[in-house]
Amino acid sequence: MARFDSLVDSLGGTPLVGLPRLSPSPEVRLWAKLEDRNPTGSIKDRAALYMIEAAEKEGRLQPGATLLEPTSGNTGISLAMVARQRGYQLICVMPENTSIERRQLLEMYGARIVFSPAAGGSNQAVAMAKALLTQNPELVMLYQYGNEANARAHYDGTGPEILADLPTITHFVAGLGTTGTLMGAGRYLREKVPSIQVVAAEPRYGELVYGLRNIDEGFVPELYDETVLTTRFSVGPREALRRTRELVEFEGIFAGISTGAILHAALAMADKALAAGTPADIALVVCDGGWKYLSTGAYAGTLEEAEAALEGQLWA
Amino acid sequence: MAIEVRIPTILRTHTGGAKTVQGSGDTLGTLIDDLDAQHSGLKGRLVTEGALHRFVNVYVNDEDVRFTGALDTAVKDGDAVTILPAVAGG
Repeated sequence: MARFDSLVDSLGGTPLVGLPRLSPSPEVRLWAKLEDRNPTGSIKDRAALYMIEAAEKEGRLQPGATLLEPTSGNTGISLAMVARQRGYQLICVMPENTSIERRQLLEMYGARIVFSPAAGGSNQAVAMAKALLTQNPELVMLYQYGNEANARAHYDGTGPEILADLPTITHFVAGLGTTGTLMGAGRYLREKVPSIQVVAAEPRYGELVYGLRNIDEGFVPELYDETVLTTRFSVGPREALRRTRELVEFEGIFAGISTGAILHAALAMADKALAAGTPADIALVVCDGGWKYLSTGAYAGTLEEAEAALEGQLWA
Repeated sequence: MAIEVRIPTILRTHTGGAKTVQGSGDTLGTLIDDLDAQHSGLKGRLVTEGALHRFVNVYVNDEDVRFTGALDTAVKDGDAVTILPAVAGG
């Protein structure tokens, strides 16, 4: 069906497309789930809508309420769009070292932004949002890192969609941020395909982002359950950028930088399958398009220049 | 050859400011023991009650050691070990 009552109703049902030129052999194939084809252009639309609808059902969210959310960008943009459609206000707590496009999109959708210091990364944004909530208890924090509706959006949506399109799936590879995608879709796929490998690709940023004052300020999302994962890779900016560019060059897909990190992990799994001589159907998530990252310099000049430009930025 | 270990900013007080250090061992656990002998106090920041600290992530050749045997993960000369504090995404 291609007709919907409103933009929000068109969420999900995204295409799964083959990557014939990046796949290493006819037996070891890569498939990309194009989550940039969601209403605001990222996979976060799924979690945002589910979290808002869950809060409405629970009576936590009344007409005219103001939402508060720590976010490095995409979740904020998704929440801002849904909130505006439904008459809520939104305040985002966002690290200052995120791309200008994200700020402009948030402001265009009517959100207010409170910036947290670059040196504290997302951890600091989470801490600031929690402090703001204590001072302003009338605000409603959906809290993507611990909200089961975030993972459920993928258990109900992303996971079943992928399995329906790729019943022979052997691997699911996605990005690790709030962990919602991997926990939700990963759990669903494990239940249906017990032998599946669920692989996390975690972006490794420049040092500034890890500038905590002590280890105990570290953060693991409440949603995270490592038993859902088979393994987890840390992918640095060089590899993420290289793969992001390969995705455009070989398959015509213009994706954000975190998708490059996911492709890097997916190709590592593909190489293992090829070496072992086992067939594989590897589904990977394209989290968003590249548009919001043009100003970072990721797509211009040499890889070295792009990597230097990304230093200190939160690129996923 | 030895094993190269990348140290996060927050732990460089133990390495005299060095971003990378060299160590040896057959497993991550013995590598950390060797590092601690050279850089006093490092082990206490990484390991609590015999397990990796909850907010410390260690990767051998970019793979999270919690999925490869944790402190028993095999390491060898030429491997690249990265230590990072756990941070939020999203």
